[in-house]
Amino acid sequence: MEHKTLNLKLRVWRQSDSNTQGGFVTYDANNISTEMSFLEMFDVLNEKLINEGNDPIAFDHDCREGICGMCSMYINGRAHGPWAGTTTCQLHMRAFNDGETITVEPWRAQAFPVIKDLVVDRSAFDRIQQAGGYISVNTGNAQDGNSIPINKHDADLSFAAAACIGCGACVAACKNSSAMLFTSAKVSQYALLPQGGPERKTRVLNMLNQMDKEGFGSCTNTGACEAECPKEISISNIARLNREFLNAQFSL
Amino acid sequence: MQLHIFLSHNWIIRFLEIGLFAGIIAHVIQGIMLERSNRSKRKIAFDVKPGNATSKWYSRSMGLLGVLILLFLIVHLSQFWYSTKVALYAEGDAEHNMYQQMKEVFQHEWVLLVYLIGVVALGWHLKHGFWSAFQTFGINSPKYNSLIKSVGMVYTIIICLAFISMPLAFYFKWLN
Ligand code: SF4
Ligand code: FES
Repeated sequence: MEHKTLNLKLRVWRQSDSNTQGGFVTYDANNISTEMSFLEMFDVLNEKLINEGNDPIAFDHDCREGICGMCSMYINGRAHGPWAGTTTCQLHMRAFNDGETITVEPWRAQAFPVIKDLVVDRSAFDRIQQAGGYISVNTGNAQDGNSIPINKHDADLSFAAAACIGCGACVAACKNSSAMLFTSAKVSQYALLPQGGPERKTRVLNMLNQMDKEGFGSCTNTGACEAECPKEISISNIARLNREFLNAQFSL
Repeated sequence: MQLHIFLSHNWIIRFLEIGLFAGIIAHVIQGIMLERSNRSKRKIAFDVKPGNATSKWYSRSMGLLGVLILLFLIVHLSQFWYSTKVALYAEGDAEHNMYQQMKEVFQHEWVLLVYLIGVVALGWHLKHGFWSAFQTFGINSPKYNSLIKSVGMVYTIIICLAFISMPLAFYFKWLN
């Protein structure tokens, strides 16, 4: 692929902590290679800020290979930027044009308070997971895998749901700041497998209860979460979550 | 007994009417509560919005569409439902010429406009709402999804065309 360099303007949200009001600051990002990732561009900019004696822009990242879910920027109105099925670390600068102004915001939701700049506190997701996103297994030798028959279709669906990396893009993309896609993925991955059977009913009730407590909004089925999810989690999982809920709530 | 008196005192029709009113009032109240609660979940809005890139405009606009439908319903009920009830109960089963009344009311452009806006809003509201109701009750399966969407489409078209046919027919004098 042809290699080019870009000169860009970045409008970045700066906020020193969760109690201070934030605002946009515009930076020049010059000589950016089209082959850089979006985060590498931020590294270059931060390097410059540090050398000039300024406070670098805080942003979350870890694996930089699309599997950990830490990176979290809201770029030009899109969670994780313009590419579908892509995390910010996997977004490359060739997605942008020379001279463009790029606006970068943190995930915005009451349940995800800003810690600093583009870093938000996503521990609400951890607490939803802890409320029921587990199975019970006996200690000792692992059971022979072949002794639990699972049909391929369900195994595939469960695996697809388990691909959720807990990034929170679904909440940012949703006009209601709903965490239903995340919670549905976490409930589905167990609901589809026999191993998830014993806690099946308490799991869905406890996780949904925690979700509401954390202050996420309610789902109105706009489908924006599915469109923005880097792991392309399907909203059919939300229907499954609703089924699991009805089944748990209204059974004797 | 005359037909209009029979129909308006028939308990099945009364029962359905009350059920319909109760349903719509509950839906309005619940919708307002949902919208208010959802709006409170993001106090600082995003500066750049995705527009229609990630979702359909009508799926995001159920509140607005609902308000338009409600305004239409208020106009509709105050024009026809109210006068019918007055004739029936206050005037003791008085003869009420609904046909004549429709003929007169639907001569006004503004009434036709209100009906058009109401029906168009209803169409978009149903286009999202019909499918959305199934999703909310957990019915989303590759086996039935296209059936649900097409039944929803047909239902929406029939309801909207039926509602608008009367004002149009009277306004353009398709009937005598
Ligand atoms: S469902 Fe998708 S968008 Fe939401 S947390 Fe999981 S991976 Fe991220
Ligand atoms: S940094 Fe791990 S997914 Fe982006």
